[in-house]
Amino acid sequence: MGTEITGAEIVVQSLIDLGVEVVFGYPGGAVLPIYDALFQQNRIRHILVRHEQAAVHAAEGYARASGKVGVVLVTSGPGATNAVTGITDALMDSIPLVVITGQVPTHLIGTDAFQECDTVGITRHCSKHNYLVKDTARLGPVLHEAFYIARSGRPGPVVIDIPKDVQIFKARYDKPGVIAHKTYKPQVKGDLASIEAAVDMLAAAERPILYTGGGIINSGPVASQLLRELAKACGAPVTSTLMGLGCFPAEHPQFLGMLGMHGSYEANMAMNQCDLMLCLGARFDDRVTGRLDAFSPGSRKIHVDIDRSSFNKTVRVDLAIQGDVGSVMEDMLKVWRARGHRAADQTSWWNAIAGWRARNSFGFEQKGEALLPQKAIQRLYELTKAKKPIITTEVGQHQMWAAQHFGFHDPNKWLTSGGLGTMGYGLPAAIGAQLAYPGALVIDIAGEASIQMNIQELGTAIQYRLPVKIFIINNEYMGMVRQWQELNHGSRYSESYSDALPDFVKLAEAYGWKGVVIEGPDDLDAGIQAMLDHPGPVLVDCRVAKLANCFPMIPSGAAHTDMILSAADEVGPADDDAKALV
Amino acid sequence: MKHLPSERHTLSILVDNEAGVLARIVGLFSARGYNIESLTVADVSDDHAVSRITVVTNGPPPVIDQIMAQLDRLVPVHKVIDLTDWGPHVEREMALVKVAGTGDKRVEALRLADIFRARPVDTSTTSFVFEVSGSTEKVNQFIALMREVGLVEVARTGVVAIARGAEAV
Repeated sequence: MGTEITGAEIVVQSLIDLGVEVVFGYPGGAVLPIYDALFQQNRIRHILVRHEQAAVHAAEGYARASGKVGVVLVTSGPGATNAVTGITDALMDSIPLVVITGQVPTHLIGTDAFQECDTVGITRHCSKHNYLVKDTARLGPVLHEAFYIARSGRPGPVVIDIPKDVQIFKARYDKPGVIAHKTYKPQVKGDLASIEAAVDMLAAAERPILYTGGGIINSGPVASQLLRELAKACGAPVTSTLMGLGCFPAEHPQFLGMLGMHGSYEANMAMNQCDLMLCLGARFDDRVTGRLDAFSPGSRKIHVDIDRSSFNKTVRVDLAIQGDVGSVMEDMLKVWRARGHRAADQTSWWNAIAGWRARNSFGFEQKGEALLPQKAIQRLYELTKAKKPIITTEVGQHQMWAAQHFGFHDPNKWLTSGGLGTMGYGLPAAIGAQLAYPGALVIDIAGEASIQMNIQELGTAIQYRLPVKIFIINNEYMGMVRQWQELNHGSRYSESYSDALPDFVKLAEAYGWKGVVIEGPDDLDAGIQAMLDHPGPVLVDCRVAKLANCFPMIPSGAAHTDMILSAADEVGPADDDAKALV
Repeated sequence: MKHLPSERHTLSILVDNEAGVLARIVGLFSARGYNIESLTVADVSDDHAVSRITVVTNGPPPVIDQIMAQLDRLVPVHKVIDLTDWGPHVEREMALVKVAGTGDKRVEALRLADIFRARPVDTSTTSFVFEVSGSTEKVNQFIALMREVGLVEVARTGVVAIARGAEAV
């Protein structure tokens, strides 16, 4: 028998053995033994957030920027329930996390003890998997298995709930060898016959399109490289979901921009008119498809996904290939080259695309005194692109404008809450990304409403000397809510005005940040430059036109061909079916 | 795809016999709006490591496919088999049926039970509890007949099912 160590020490030693460098957390009664074990080592850095939700978003930001598993440590009861939004966010966006929660001691479970909640019950359906560990000897194997599950297959959050007595009791810990799960073995390699069929379909297509998504980012940087090779080989246009931005260079001539509700006209029209759609690591989300019965009616569809349940969930496809999208693209390229394929003549296809592009659907005209939000983001991009920044966002209009007007050229540079749409995501995610890349320029493009949902994290950035930048697109409205109220509810702006806003500059200064205000178009470049010139964290309050709408837009329940390109387009009143959609 | 006709499917799900696994399965059905007609679960392995869950569900074929895929990606699920698609299989359920009455009704209840090979497992001077097993239809029929002779209450197991032939699924 080797020496026995406490459960808390097993937790910390397992994290060290798993290569964990950073843990985001907040202490409390039910995790004190683990915090004590953390105190007595110097391999793992603990980042103290100001709210548990932010711990999870910070871990997400860290995971998305670095490709590693993000780790969270919180206490029982409110610690766990505060983490639920972040856990759900990670599930929706397939982000690998391990969330360790303290629990009341085993003999008190079920007695409504102080700070008790049914953490495994609450997180069962918002995590990829979860555990309640009742035996100290199981802690080591469970932690190692949890990391394997979090990062294998379709990544996701795994919750480990550890009662306090289990942290105190002793057991033997051995570093395990290769970690696997007895039954959970996701399929990585795609079926070769299906891949060959897919390549032949792609080679024969006259109007092909590559519809790419976050699966390519999750697969690792090699997958983004393979996508570039595949696009070059087949000559097809490439569009991307919100989650996939960066997997293909924004300024590449084959790139059509983001698709979907606030995507480009050319991307949506090309999706509608293509004869072959190759979906790579995307999931036909409702933001992307618009009205389902009008979605790309004339195309044959190939879907590559690591998660079998993504196939035929909302859109029927002709060929489904289960596997890691990077591995499948690699095999597709091998087959393409082995068969000596040349792309079919796509001249008329590219002519059609050129016509749609000419509509300049992301275009805007900056005139008058009010700064257009699109202009602000465009200049932010121009002035920072040489530094290859990591951009995070909150949720709303500013997020869509950032997706439209900020160009991404590499994966893992764009961190946004896509599936769950969590306001308050951006600042903690930026903190996590900055910890992964201390020398990088990390900017949270925010809205004045969203930023207030986790504003307390200004303190975290100061404590750890993280030079995070926040760029608030301040239009004094929950802009996307206001836009929908304008379009669907007779411009009755019910509770969407951001009243009683703080003086953001003073607020920043109160926390030890630098504050900068941009009042209008004339201050814009100087304000951005002041932000870049300051070595520490900077909050920029960028005042923009209050009532600008985010266009183009596919209204809820409408087809790709029914895009509103600008405010000048006639918009009829929405019917009740459309109003019922989100 | 919502407008396709609904089909009844019997699924066998082999899962780790661990705390919370049933809640995971049932929660998946309720969270995604799938139907459960019946559900049975018991430990079926020598080492108590594996439980077998039998779920009878209904929905259009694409929804059944989704149910299979969603179940299959749960970490503690070893295997999901759609026995309805698999082919020949046996489905049985058992019911305990309590009937009260005297005189002719009591005699008639016994006679009907005999026809259905239902066994009295509890008898008093004014009541019987019958144990009946067979297909869902047979159990339904028996219960319907018992209504006319003094049905009091029913407890049913729900369907258990297994493929025919020598092979394990």
